[in-house]
Amino acid sequence: MIQFKRDFNFMGARKVAAAFSILLILISIGSLAINGLKFGLDFTGGSLVEVTYENPVELEDIRASLRAEGYADAVVQTFGAANDILIRLGEAHDPQLGNTILSILQASTDETVTLRRNEFVGSQVGEELREQGGLGLLVALAMVMLYLAFRFQFKFSVGAVLALAHDVILVLGFFSLFQIDFDLTVLAAALAVIGYSLNDTIVVYDRIRENFRVLRVEEPTEVLNTSLNQTLSRTIVTSLTTMLVLVVLAMFGGEMIYGFSIALLVGVVVGTYSSIYVAGNILLMLKVSREDLIPPPPKEDVEVEEVP
Amino acid sequence: MLNRYPLWKNLLILLVLVVAGIYAAPNLFPEDYAVQISGARAVHQVDENVMSNAARALESDGIAFKSSELENGAGMLRFSDGDAQLRARATLARALGENFVVAMNLAPTTPDWLTAIGAGPMKLGLDLRGGVHFLMEVDTVQAVSQRLEVYASDIRTTLREQRIRYRSVDLDESSGQLAARFADQESRDQALSRLRRDYLEFTFESAQVDDAFFLYVTLNEQTVREIEDYAIQQNLTTLRNRVNELGVAEPLVQRQGRNRIVVQLPGVQDAAAAKRVIGQTANLEFRLEATSDASRAATEVFEFRNDPNRRGTLERDIIITGSSVANANATFDENGQPQVSITLDARGGQMMSRVTRNAIQRRMAVVFVEHKTRTVIERVDGEPVERRIPYTEKHLISLATIQSVLGNSFRITGLDSPRESSELALLLRAGALAAPIYFVEERTIGPSLGAANIEMGVTSVKIGFALVLVFMVLFYRAFGLIANIALTLNLVLMIAVMSLMSATLTLPGIAGIVLTVGMAVDANVLIFERIKEELRTGTPVQSAIHSGFSQAFSTILDANVTTFIAAIILFAMGTGPVKGFAVTLSVGIVTSMFAALVITRALVNLAYGGRKVQKLWL
Repeated sequence: MIQFKRDFNFMGARKVAAAFSILLILISIGSLAINGLKFGLDFTGGSLVEVTYENPVELEDIRASLRAEGYADAVVQTFGAANDILIRLGEAHDPQLGNTILSILQASTDETVTLRRNEFVGSQVGEELREQGGLGLLVALAMVMLYLAFRFQFKFSVGAVLALAHDVILVLGFFSLFQIDFDLTVLAAALAVIGYSLNDTIVVYDRIRENFRVLRVEEPTEVLNTSLNQTLSRTIVTSLTTMLVLVVLAMFGGEMIYGFSIALLVGVVVGTYSSIYVAGNILLMLKVSREDLIPPPPKEDVEVEEVP
Repeated sequence: MLNRYPLWKNLLILLVLVVAGIYAAPNLFPEDYAVQISGARAVHQVDENVMSNAARALESDGIAFKSSELENGAGMLRFSDGDAQLRARATLARALGENFVVAMNLAPTTPDWLTAIGAGPMKLGLDLRGGVHFLMEVDTVQAVSQRLEVYASDIRTTLREQRIRYRSVDLDESSGQLAARFADQESRDQALSRLRRDYLEFTFESAQVDDAFFLYVTLNEQTVREIEDYAIQQNLTTLRNRVNELGVAEPLVQRQGRNRIVVQLPGVQDAAAAKRVIGQTANLEFRLEATSDASRAATEVFEFRNDPNRRGTLERDIIITGSSVANANATFDENGQPQVSITLDARGGQMMSRVTRNAIQRRMAVVFVEHKTRTVIERVDGEPVERRIPYTEKHLISLATIQSVLGNSFRITGLDSPRESSELALLLRAGALAAPIYFVEERTIGPSLGAANIEMGVTSVKIGFALVLVFMVLFYRAFGLIANIALTLNLVLMIAVMSLMSATLTLPGIAGIVLTVGMAVDANVLIFERIKEELRTGTPVQSAIHSGFSQAFSTILDANVTTFIAAIILFAMGTGPVKGFAVTLSVGIVTSMFAALVITRALVNLAYGGRKVQKLWL
């Protein structure tokens, strides 16, 4: 039977953890401010053509033949495989663009070139999407805060939302620092990170709330440590299974959801860390105490009895 | 007794699972490559005759097909591979001519008894099956300006009729209001009181600049909304008609937001051709029927749109075109007979009354004009080459006797059925000048990419799922096995719910399934860890199981509700693929809760409940 050691003094390292978190957040915000996010086509607008060759090709050859036809601003890169080529153009929209590119490329090689994807997004649409995405993240945070204030207590909802903000900022920072394409699916992943990380935080908080009522200790640090230790194996098992499937997704899911998998992977790692160190830490900073949770709602027991 | 479900509860769970199994089943049947044949217009019905022609054409070209079906006036031929499908489409398009639309399609192979109970496979999103996605923006500002132009000439007419002197009535495009200019205050005030009575949809504002007196007229918000909605509706209808003409299997034409329309054409490869058809324009011509003594040179003969055998001889002179038509509605007259009410703009009304004054008891025709392209396959040096020839098609859609002088608004009566009147109104609106429309987003996904995406998605689901199963058994042994059964059933439940909702599966949607698999274990883990804890404190086995489940319940509920909130926000703001992800995520949350709290519980109860258990293999 696999068993985890169950008496870590998590909160003993809280000062170090706080410093570490603040450092990471500063790096993230710094990178976001300096490098910004490398927005994908969904957000910037523009055109994109994806083609496949039978065999791997030299990118420089493709660039040269495109340049010769007046597409000097084309960004050419491989997409997943060496024979899968992605071409980005800031070109104004033309429904024939995909076919034009295809015929230019076809003319410069003996192989068969197949069009896989041809996308165009108007700059207006991209801009709106950016606004909507940011708004979506904020709305999600606000709604969650409301729910938690209602189910738990105000201090808990502050703690949870700050932990979430921490996670989202770090994920965005990661994408900014490594200049990974930030497209619509990555945004979806960022929102899913909110869901996941929250899940984690709530499990811990639930236990903290329970222990404040059950345990006969006054010291909040001790209550938190006990709760974190009690939920530790669950935290590890769930994070491991989730990471397991995400690694599989990143490896086998294909290029189109690579960014998505990476965002979630980073989010799960950060979310697990934050539910232990950030969420708990903030509770202590807010001076959480037994009085915050008393009187316990009398219907709690009834609810538990009704479990199917 | 502790940890025993009553029989009815077990049977209910079993029933749910059986139903889920049945509704998930259609996804197991692979789709056939098919070619769909439909009539280009209502007059061209696909019947046995057409189908046997098609079969003969395929035979002579040596293309084998699996089956041929005829349903609801559309034919479907199934093939064993994509290559045969491609060749068949070319052959059939040539053999059947332009009266029929031949489109490639993927046909479900769901057995009849499953279809009969409403079961069907999940729909695949464009990123999985290939196709074209357009997002179009309707220029509603333009639509409002167009309407304001009509109002401007209306106002001029009113002022003239009332003998109120004005300098000018002009549209200011930038501010979206009309500016009426008067020489003195008296006429302006007269105009104001008159217009206020006539036009409830305006708000007025007076101003004086030097010695000029102005009256600024603005449409109220509600009317602007109505005009916008009307413009969008009109474009939607027109787009639907044109998309139908493409003969695409499951097209989607839908309003998105305030002024956008999304069009999705699964399976269509040639985006440029689709775009041409969608962007084509129609127009109307109102003409008088030629008198019997009219010379040949001054007349033209047209077929009726819904009956090619009926013809009408019309004058060559056009009274007005579709651009003068402001609105057309199917209504009923005082006797309950169907009719179409038409509203013209001021200029159109003048033209109409001038012409019809001398033409009472003659007949007036409405001609529907469509600009189309025809694709012909020519042999150049033995190679078939597709060539597109643009042409104009003109058909009569109405021929009615003029009863009196017609003005700004008139009616076409004597229609046979409400169906006829609504179709005529629809055509009139389609031919009237709609608000301009622009393409703001376009995505074409090739079929090879779609197929690759499916394959990669399914592979990751399989591998991820297998790894999680192994992990759970290693970690929780007997309970892990139980969790694995619940997890598998959870997957079946998810697919069943998504098929029932006919939700669209996208690539991020598949990712959502993988993610749910990873996260669905969470509830089980919470429960098992609780049971372990209880056992550690020396609680007897049965009560440990019982309190493990009940203690974990509120945690599971809280954790899932919050994730659900995030999923709903994703759904609300997302489009296309992201929406697909949100759907799988939320469906997954609900089913995984059911799986952990009900199915796992039932299995644990069956395995351990009501017996003496010394030690749990956990």
